Amino acid sequence: MENQTVRPLPLLTASRMFIRMLAVQASWNYETMLGTGIGFSVEPALRALPGGRSGRPYHEALARETHYFNAHPYLAAVAVGALARVELDESLPPAQIERFRIALCGPLGSVGDRLVWAGWLPFTVLVALLAYGLGAGPVLVVTLFLVLYNAGHFGLRAWGLHTGWTHGKRVAGSLATPFLRRGPEYLARAVMGLCGLALPLAAARILGRSPMPIAGEARRTVLGPHALVFFLLAMAALLGLALVKLHGRVDGWRVALLIVVLLALHSVAS
Amino acid sequence: MTITTILLFALLGAVLGLDVVSFPQAMLSRPIVASTLAGTLGGSASDGLLAGVFLEMMALETLPVGASRYPEWGTASVVGGALYVSRKGDATSALLFAMLGAMITAWVGGWSMYALRRLNGRWTKRALPALEAGDASVVTWLQMRGIGADLLRGFVLTALALALLVPLTAIAIANGSGDSATIRAVLVAVAASIAGSAAWKLSHGSRHGPWFFVGGLAIGCAMLLHA
Repeated sequence: MENQTVRPLPLLTASRMFIRMLAVQASWNYETMLGTGIGFSVEPALRALPGGRSGRPYHEALARETHYFNAHPYLAAVAVGALARVELDESLPPAQIERFRIALCGPLGSVGDRLVWAGWLPFTVLVALLAYGLGAGPVLVVTLFLVLYNAGHFGLRAWGLHTGWTHGKRVAGSLATPFLRRGPEYLARAVMGLCGLALPLAAARILGRSPMPIAGEARRTVLGPHALVFFLLAMAALLGLALVKLHGRVDGWRVALLIVVLLALHSVAS
Repeated sequence: MTITTILLFALLGAVLGLDVVSFPQAMLSRPIVASTLAGTLGGSASDGLLAGVFLEMMALETLPVGASRYPEWGTASVVGGALYVSRKGDATSALLFAMLGAMITAWVGGWSMYALRRLNGRWTKRALPALEAGDASVVTWLQMRGIGADLLRGFVLTALALALLVPLTAIAIANGSGDSATIRAVLVAVAASIAGSAAWKLSHGSRHGPWFFVGGLAIGCAMLLHA
């Protein structure tokens, strides 16, 4: 019922807020985290408060909105929309707005991390690696990745701003939408499938780019010209298994750095 | 590599370093993009892409989660791509030393981001009275200063890394005599293991996740066998 009476956010204001949200982490710090960025993003909407930019409500609201805040940067759009709405509605006392802000932090952080950082990002990266493995050139690989990733990225920010503004203080319910609840699960399966598919193809293409003496020998084996790829994948599986077992204790990239250093030293010393 | 070329790469590093966190986080800073762009700037997009694919596999496990400290792959990938395309000598040795240079830059880049965040904190603390007064110009100034400092961070990091690593890489390649096939094979195995373990750590908890991985792997291997 409430949604039917919501006045739309003026287009110019919404555009300003959207562009500012792209810089929501510009002054990220360990004290207020996203706080200043949230205030910066909400500010265009606050100009509609009584008295405009020189009015007391504007300054009080902006001061509130720059306090500590933490969330996933893309889903912070939900908070930006919802906070703009509650500030302009003037129905909530300041202390309640503060509590509402704090209450938004947890869910917007954990949902965003699972959906974007652990789901959408690796999914789109693996699509790009698969395209590379299938023989795509630089323009296609890069364009495919950027268009696919940012369709989700900008779409999520636009949805967040709209949803936050539409639902205001009742925005928590919209976080139960199917794509936020089930999306990470579906993406996780897609990431697993794509990883299995993309890695051998990408590895084969990399190895195919240079004359490989071992590949000539491998041609005579039962596995054909890609025996080396299968051998390397088996080695990679062993190292990968060790890294999975050491999860939380050792970062994979540090192990990789160590191996690359040893390889470089061997190359120079031999 | 001339000073002008280094400065051009540093400009690219500044813009892509900014994308990592500050603005607009559109993943232009992912290695597969950043290294390809650096390659294009250096005259070979496909060489940039090759270096980018390696770095992307190694960066797959890095989640840019807010307060955690992680390697900064944006400027690092520009450095890696630039080192690889500007090589003189054996391509595989150049790839090895480009990867090494990029990974060290990523490590240093992580520290530089931590330092920038602490600097942002000091600026914010100093501006607290103005923030409590709801001064919009101070809010905008803090944001713009953060963006400016991050741009400068990326620029300086890329320029210093290239100024230091280009001559070192040239010396290493000239003196290196490792077997090209072995080097490339080890690099592929390491990159694939990091990418595979990263995907596994992120997603194996999903329902039937491991089976999706096995299914994908079976299809990928079958495609290779029939190629």
